[in-house]
Amino acid sequence: MRFLTSKRRHKAAKPVLLALALLLTGLLYAAMSPAARVSADTGNSALVAEGDGLFKVACASCHGLNGEGGTQGPSLIGVGAASVDFQVTTGRMPAARPGAQLPRKTNTYTAEEIEALMAYVATLGPGPARPAPAQYDPAGLTEEEIARGGELFRTNCSACHNFEGAGGALPNGKYALPLKGISGEHIWEALRTGPQQMPVFNASALPDEDVRAIVGYLEELHATPSSGLSFGGLGPVAEGFFAWVVGIGSLVLFSVWIAAKGARAK
Amino acid sequence: MAEPTTVSSTSPALDVKTPEQPAGINKLAGPATWVDDRLPLASMFKYKNKANFYVKKVFPDHWSFLLGEIALYSFIILLLTGIFLTIWFKPSMAEIEYEGSYQLMRGLPMSEAFASTLALSFDIRGGLLVRQIHHWAAMLFVASATIHMLRVFFTGAFRKPRELNWLIGVGMFSMSLIEGFAGYSLPDDLLSGTGLRFVDGLIRSIPLIGTWAEFFIFGGEFPGDLVIARLYMVHILLVPALLLGLVVAHLALVIYHKHTHYPGPGRTDRNVVGYPFFPIYVAKAGGFFFIVFGVSILMGATMSINPVWKFGPYNPAQVTAGSQPDWYMGWVEGAIRIMPNWEWHLAGTTWSWNVVLPGMGLMGLLFGVLGAYPFIEAWITGDKNEHHVLDRPRNVPNRTGLGVAGMTMYSMFWLAGGNDILATQFKLSLNQVTEFMRIAVFVAPVIAFLITKRICLSLQRADAERVLHGSESGVIERAPDGSYSEAHVPITNDEAFTLTQHEQYPALQAGPSLDANGVRNKGKGVSALRARASRWYFGQEITKPTAAEIEQAKHHADEDESTKALGH
Repeated sequence: MRFLTSKRRHKAAKPVLLALALLLTGLLYAAMSPAARVSADTGNSALVAEGDGLFKVACASCHGLNGEGGTQGPSLIGVGAASVDFQVTTGRMPAARPGAQLPRKTNTYTAEEIEALMAYVATLGPGPARPAPAQYDPAGLTEEEIARGGELFRTNCSACHNFEGAGGALPNGKYALPLKGISGEHIWEALRTGPQQMPVFNASALPDEDVRAIVGYLEELHATPSSGLSFGGLGPVAEGFFAWVVGIGSLVLFSVWIAAKGARAK
Repeated sequence: MAEPTTVSSTSPALDVKTPEQPAGINKLAGPATWVDDRLPLASMFKYKNKANFYVKKVFPDHWSFLLGEIALYSFIILLLTGIFLTIWFKPSMAEIEYEGSYQLMRGLPMSEAFASTLALSFDIRGGLLVRQIHHWAAMLFVASATIHMLRVFFTGAFRKPRELNWLIGVGMFSMSLIEGFAGYSLPDDLLSGTGLRFVDGLIRSIPLIGTWAEFFIFGGEFPGDLVIARLYMVHILLVPALLLGLVVAHLALVIYHKHTHYPGPGRTDRNVVGYPFFPIYVAKAGGFFFIVFGVSILMGATMSINPVWKFGPYNPAQVTAGSQPDWYMGWVEGAIRIMPNWEWHLAGTTWSWNVVLPGMGLMGLLFGVLGAYPFIEAWITGDKNEHHVLDRPRNVPNRTGLGVAGMTMYSMFWLAGGNDILATQFKLSLNQVTEFMRIAVFVAPVIAFLITKRICLSLQRADAERVLHGSESGVIERAPDGSYSEAHVPITNDEAFTLTQHEQYPALQAGPSLDANGVRNKGKGVSALRARASRWYFGQEITKPTAAEIEQAKHHADEDESTKALGH
C-alpha cells in the first residue's frame, strides 16, 4: 500500500483516477442497462422486423418512418398493440383517404401480418396490449351483473351510441358507430385506446369487469326479440315517420275506398 | 160546453186484438216494446217525427270528410285501451328494486311507475300489445287531427258560420299535445324522463317566473317525487274530460251548422247534398271505426313503439342519442335545436331567449295564428256571407299559399328536430344540417308560398281554358296544308258549372281618410292598410270566364265544325 500513499500526490493521480472512475461507470452501465437489442432477440425480432417492413409500406407515409406522427397522422408511440388490432382488423387502417371520420371497411391483412404490425408498434412505446378473452368475454356473468352492465352502458355509452347501440351523430360529420355485431374484443380495444372520436376509458375508470358486463348486456339486448319491427332502434323520429307513412297513409287509402263504396251522392 | 162523457160497456175498441205475428218477431217484441215504451227509439225512425231530424241528417260523401272521423275513432280507441292500462299502471315515483321477469333490469332501482310499465309489458297478458296500440293510436290521433285541420283550412270550411268550431278544433289540437306529452312522460323511463327534463327547461325559461313555475309544477327541484302523479291526473282525467266535452261540442256544432260540401251542380250555400245519416253513414262510419281500430291493432301487433325496457329507468345522470319527443312535439324540439344561443343576464335575472323564443314563443305563435286566421281572412276579404260550399284550394291562391308556407315552416322545424337522425342516416354533417335549417325555416316557406300561388293561378287558368275550349280529345288532325292540330271536345255543363261556380270578390277599396267635415275618419270605413291587404289577397286572381264568353266560345267551336264540313 505504500505505492498508493506515496503516489497519491503525484501529478497524474487525479486524471488517472477520473479515467478509472469513468471506465468503471461505463462498465457498470454496460452490465446493468436494459439492452433492447439483446432482449428483442427472444424470437420476436423477426416479427418486429416484418412489422417494420409492413409499417414502412402502408403506415409510415402518414405516421412517420418511426411512428412519430406527422401532419397527416398522429404519433403511434405508446398506442399499444390493442390499437393496431382494432384499427387494422376493422379495416379503418390503412386509411383510404382523409375525412371527417375513417369508415369501417374490409381488412386486407392476414392475421400474421397484423401480428407483425402489432409487435412492431408495441416496440415504439408501452401501451395496452391485445386483450385476453378473460378481459372482455362475458361468459360466466350472472344476470344481475349483466343488468348492471346495462346501467353502465346507459351511463357511459348511450349518450353517443344510442340506447340500444344503434349509433348516433357527432359534430361535423362524425358519428358514433352502431354497436350491433361488434365483437367484445373490439369493444374492449375501443374503450382502452379511444379510436377517433371515442374517449379513452382506462382500467381505473372502467375495470375489465365492467367492460365484460357491458359486452354481456349488449349481447343479451341484441339477442332479445323486439316487440315488432323496430325501425333500426332510432327512437321516436322513426316511430313518427312510420305513424304517418303506414298509419295515416293506410287510413287515408281506406277513407278513399270507403267513400267510394255503396250509395254515393254525386 | 162539451157533453158529459158516458161510459159505453160495449165497443170494438175495448176488444183486445192481437195481430198474428211470425214467431221470429214475437221473440223480440217483448223487450223492444219495453224499451220503446220508455225511450223514443222507434219513433226516431218515423218520418215527420222531430227526432227523425237527427237520424236522417244528411252528410255529403267525400274521402276528405273522413279524416276527422279517424281522429274521433282513435280517441275512442285511446279511451278503451287507456282503461286497460290504468288497471295496472301505478303512478308513483316511490323507488323500488325491480324483481319482475325482464332479466336485463333485475335488481335495478327504479320508480314504481317504471316497474309497473315493465310489468305491463312483460307480465300482464296482452299488456304489451295494448300499450303499443295505445301509443300508435295516440300518434294517429294527433296526426289525423292535423290532416283534418289542414283539410278544413285549405277548403275554407272555417269561414262563417264555423269560426267557433274552428276555435274548438284549435283548442282540442293544443290539448292533444299536452295529453300526448303527459302520456309520454308517465312510464318514467330514460326517454320520458329526458322529455320531462326538456319541458322542465321550457318552463324555467319563462322570464322572471320560470323557476317559481318549475317549483310549483314539480313540487320542488326536478324531478321531485310527485310530477308523475300530477301528470297522471292530467293524462287520464283533466285533459280527456276536456277533450271529450269539446268533441261533443264540436260534433254538435257540425250537426247544427250542417256539413259543408264540395262545389258541384245542385250544391249551394243553402242546401247539403248527400245521403242520410241512417242507414248509410251509420253503416259506413261504423265500418270505418273498425277499420281504424284494425289498423291500430295491426300496428300495435307488428310495429314496436317506445320499447321502455331498452331505455331503462330514468336517471338524470344518463342520456341517450336519439332522444326525441313523439312527432307532434318534434317541431318544438327542432326549433330549440337550431336556435342560436341568445341569453341575457339583467340585474340578477336570466333571460333564456334561446329556449323561451323557440319553445314557448313558437307554440304561442302557432296556436295564436291558427286561432286568429279565420278572423284575419274575414277582415281582409270583408266577406260576411255564410259559406257551406267549400272552396277549391286553387281558387283561393293566397290562402292556399299561406297554408303550404305554414306547413313548410313546420316541416323545416320538424326536420331540424331529427337533425342527428338526418346526419347519421344520410351521412351528413350535423353542423351543416343545423346551419341549413336555420336558414331554411325562413326561406323555404317563402319559396313554398310563391310556388304554390303560381301553381294555383295556373290551375285557375287551366280551368278557364278547359271551360272555354273543352278538353283535349287526344285526336291529332292534319290539315291539307300540312299543319297539325288537336281537336277539343266540349266539357259537360256539370263540369263547367263546377269549374266556374266560385264567387270572385272585388278587393276592398279604402274609404276617404277625411269625412265631410274634414275630420279624420278613424275607425270608420275601410282603412288604407285593410284595402292594401285586400288588394294583395285578391289582386292576381284569374278572372273566371263569363257566361257570354262561354257562349261565344261555343259558337266559335260550332263555326269551326261547320267550316270543316264545308271543306275549307
